[in-house]
Amino acid sequence: MVTRRQAYETRVRRKANLVAGGSTVLVLAGLFILVPLAPGWPAVKKSFFNADVFMQTFPGLLNAFLLDVTIFAWSAPLIFALGLLVALARDVRAPAAYPLRLAAILYTDIFRGVPVILVIYLIGFGIPGLGLPRPYNSPYIWGTVALVLTYAAYVAEVFRAGIEGVHQSQRAAAASLGLSNADAMRFVILPQAIRKVVPANMNLFIALQKDVALLSFIGPVEIFRQAGVYKSLLANFTPYVGAALIFLAITIPATRYADYLLSKQRRART
Amino acid sequence: MTALLETRNLQKSFGSTPVCCGIDLAVNPGEMVCLIGASGSGKSTLLRCLNLLEPIDDGMILFDGHDISVPGLDPQPIRQRIGMVFQSFNLFPHMTAAENVMLAPRRVHGKTREALRPEVETLFDRFGLADRMAHYPDQLSGGQQQRVAIVRALAMRPEIMLFDEITSALDPELVGEVLDVLRQLRETGMTMILATHEMGFARELADKVCFLDAGVIHEEGTPEQLLSNPQKDRTQAFLRRIL
Repeated sequence: MVTRRQAYETRVRRKANLVAGGSTVLVLAGLFILVPLAPGWPAVKKSFFNADVFMQTFPGLLNAFLLDVTIFAWSAPLIFALGLLVALARDVRAPAAYPLRLAAILYTDIFRGVPVILVIYLIGFGIPGLGLPRPYNSPYIWGTVALVLTYAAYVAEVFRAGIEGVHQSQRAAAASLGLSNADAMRFVILPQAIRKVVPANMNLFIALQKDVALLSFIGPVEIFRQAGVYKSLLANFTPYVGAALIFLAITIPATRYADYLLSKQRRART
Repeated sequence: MTALLETRNLQKSFGSTPVCCGIDLAVNPGEMVCLIGASGSGKSTLLRCLNLLEPIDDGMILFDGHDISVPGLDPQPIRQRIGMVFQSFNLFPHMTAAENVMLAPRRVHGKTREALRPEVETLFDRFGLADRMAHYPDQLSGGQQQRVAIVRALAMRPEIMLFDEITSALDPELVGEVLDVLRQLRETGMTMILATHEMGFARELADKVCFLDAGVIHEEGTPEQLLSNPQKDRTQAFLRRIL
């Protein structure tokens, strides 16, 4: 038996679906009909959406993407660790440790204030310029260091927000049990803070995954640079589209997962 | 008999708002003292000062004859000997009930989980929580959470326990189980200070009841004297309002 309310809701839902479907079809039809009518479309299609070029370059692009993944894989844990250390350094209250606190503040201010690409240039070209012996003069190493330094500054701020977001009563409870400040931070505050900021950090690491491509400017032949090489060889922009697709295959699921974590956290809080 | 915990002219203000304005309180070993009074009368602040969670502005706190309110004193060893239970439980949400209880003895006294287990199991058992050790706080009712919080404080073997309105955040039907724990604790001879609104409970078990008003102990006496036969107008007015 269908109640009056259920029947009404079914009607409303059916109508909403019809309107949403209709408008989507209209917009897509418009795009597929109107865009190809543009005067430059045949040329754009040939140079950006060329199936032959795509098939020819895609395996090479995937291979180059492995370098992006490698750089990401060894910089992510370093960023996590350095970000955490900087966040903790900003919380130190002992007078003797004041230089540490000051350094942490300066560090986050500077690295959050300079464009990533500038940091990559300065460190990636500057430090090998000191004349270090191989392999310590590799732009691959120093470019990654630049990424680590930049992203750790952001991650440190996220951790700090997480630490401050743990309710004061948790500190009071830890203190009332006679725990030292360090133990209270390590066993009570930090575990809660890190959990709280997982979604925020996920978003930063998704951004990092994309910014790895910036290292191409100082040398390493990762996917963006590889796509550029193919572009020059074949006089065709399709490799860039292929590279974009590869990035999307990673970042869209990761973004959805971060959103899922966020909404799960919101639900848990209410 | 010397008092286990004593305050002399204890003063505390937050910014320009005075909260405790000269409190003199003495608690003897084995005694149970109840603090009553309206919200904002300074009960919670007094308890937090006693546990050194808040530094006091002036006056003195004597614990076992020693002044523990000396500015710059390391509060940690003192707090290890004074247990505290909060209105909103303040359990650590990322740890099981048993882990909550074992954290401080492990870190402060350097005991292992294995060494602590028998003692902790006995405590959980004693307060009807034997099957709740592996539960996380959000899997427990308010009454159970508050009992775990009491067990957590007891596991440090404190010499005195401070209870800050520990039944105020509970549904009425859960208040009884927490008060039962306090009754059991009373039988063991634990020295206790309670800030409470449970007048029936204060009448039943307290040795002394103190009525706080505007940051001072306005009137104090045995439960019989203070609750049944208050001498001062304000005490009478307060009791009329809540009874």
